[in-house]
Amino acid sequence: MNSVMTPSDTVSQNSIYGASRWWIPTATAVLLCAVLGGVMIGPAGPDWWRVPLELLNRLPFITIDSGLTPTEWSIVWNIRAPRVVLAALVGSTLSLAGASYQGVFRNPLVDPYLLGVAAGAGLGATVVITVNRAGSSTWIIDPLPLAAFLGGLIAVLVTYVVGSRVRGESNSTSLVLAGVAVTSLTTALQTFLLQRNSDVVRQVYSWILGRLSSATWGDVRLVLPYVILSTVALLFHRRLLDVLRVGDEEATALGVDVSRVRLVVVIAATLGTAAVVAVSGLIGFVGIIVPHAVRLVVGASYRIVLPMCILVGAAFLILADIPGRVLDNPAETPIGVVTAFLGAPFFLLILRTRQVSR
Amino acid sequence: MTSLSFDNVRVSYNGRTAVAGFSDAVKPGEWLCIIGPNGAGKSSLLRSIAGVTPHAGRILVDGSPLSARSSRRRAQLIAYVPQSPVLPSGMTGAEYVLLGRNPFVTHFGRESAHDFSMVSDVIDRLNLATLAARDVDTLSGGERQRLVIARAIAQEAPILLLDEPTSALDIGHQQQALELVDKLRREHGLTVVSAMHDLTLAGIYSDRLVLLHAGHAVAQGTAEEVLRPETLGEFYGVSVRVHREADGTIIVVPHREPLA
Repeated sequence: MNSVMTPSDTVSQNSIYGASRWWIPTATAVLLCAVLGGVMIGPAGPDWWRVPLELLNRLPFITIDSGLTPTEWSIVWNIRAPRVVLAALVGSTLSLAGASYQGVFRNPLVDPYLLGVAAGAGLGATVVITVNRAGSSTWIIDPLPLAAFLGGLIAVLVTYVVGSRVRGESNSTSLVLAGVAVTSLTTALQTFLLQRNSDVVRQVYSWILGRLSSATWGDVRLVLPYVILSTVALLFHRRLLDVLRVGDEEATALGVDVSRVRLVVVIAATLGTAAVVAVSGLIGFVGIIVPHAVRLVVGASYRIVLPMCILVGAAFLILADIPGRVLDNPAETPIGVVTAFLGAPFFLLILRTRQVSR
Repeated sequence: MTSLSFDNVRVSYNGRTAVAGFSDAVKPGEWLCIIGPNGAGKSSLLRSIAGVTPHAGRILVDGSPLSARSSRRRAQLIAYVPQSPVLPSGMTGAEYVLLGRNPFVTHFGRESAHDFSMVSDVIDRLNLATLAARDVDTLSGGERQRLVIARAIAQEAPILLLDEPTSALDIGHQQQALELVDKLRREHGLTVVSAMHDLTLAGIYSDRLVLLHAGHAVAQGTAEEVLRPETLGEFYGVSVRVHREADGTIIVVPHREPLA
């Protein structure tokens, strides 16, 4: 094969994927702005403009007098910063997992909770809150995230074992159906438990709506290994997700071991999702809205969609967390409500403008 | 050039037999055309070669069984153009052709400069430059079919499987597509197995025909040997007239009794 490029060359790596060159830097800049906004804004604490000065001051070789007291710095560093970092991890993981699920099931309506991870985590959390309503003083570690994490993983495991053994159906359809069944079963169990223990309904409900307000550096350390593992594994599959877009059969004929790719992607996405759900509760909408918004802007190739989901998902959840802490202070609006409230109009706007411009 | 042979190949879906003990040897560089009525097992046979459908018996490429190979290695040997290919919306023509390079990219790897220049080359040779940057959603049936063939050619596999490659095309585009396949076959020494409904075209382009009926090969040979009114009448249940042109072309025309 003659590999010398001729003037008539119509295709090169750049002409196929080059249009996206500016999207990653732009999204990174937006994320940095979101992080800065996230640590600057809050109901209590220092004047907002002092925070960036103090951050610069903390860098090596730079000395600026920001006028922050140690207490104020403690608010910024121990309350706001972990919350921003956790929001970034949760947002990026849910978006990335959502996009990957959509790719592997070739279904745009799929979210990372499809195979029962949310319902399983919900059941795990409900069980712990019910059993443990006297308080967690007898426990060495907080059992709530642990139970939610295990509940989510077990639910997906059941879905996978049942769904991938069905004969005569395509692998992905039977998995989705098994996910629906497992979700209904777990939700029914959860409802039954709540009926029997109506005194914990409020507590469970607030968990379901999602929370970042009590985030600590401990939470960040807890989820970080899973998030990194899941993110790296999913990013490695972005080329194969593009091949899967032609369907299971043609992807097989093109040399892809479809069942194995699906299994690995589902495991990676589930691990990340279960970990972030365990510390943040069920934050809906991010896993479905961010991937679609990204696709509408940068195109459908997973090579660009997945990295963009990480950046945009992180920025979106950090920003969505800001109004929650400022509005109706001192009570907090649950983050799940804010994501839906901000996300839906934003998504409709993108949908509308893209349709017009086409 | 690569040979392809079948040793008692059987395909069944949930107990229903689609292909019942097919044996044949396709010579290197030969174009074998599978004909037969709907449901005769043509597509199932092609799908089993492509590895999309499990089969019993043995399919051998250059004498060694396909089932012993990984799906990636098999895709390096066999390119498959399905009956109704999926062209994902939002994908450009060039991205689509690039999919053909998948068998040469490692699981976690990326396409090399060679893969991109290969795609570029195929697009130039097939005169698809105008489609390279377009969304595949916006293409016509003929353009889509050429793009799917381009993807198969980019795969650089010595065996090309075509399932009803012309069913969605008008007569001009049918001829264009088949001429293209034949030209590529001669240039690259490809071994071609196709399933086709149009018996005249099947006779014109292939070296040999196999007639499948209810999963069994009931006739095989040249167009002149297989395309006989009595054979077609028996297995298709039709009344046809078969003309033989001066150049040897066999033409199959439906025959209708004049109304009284």
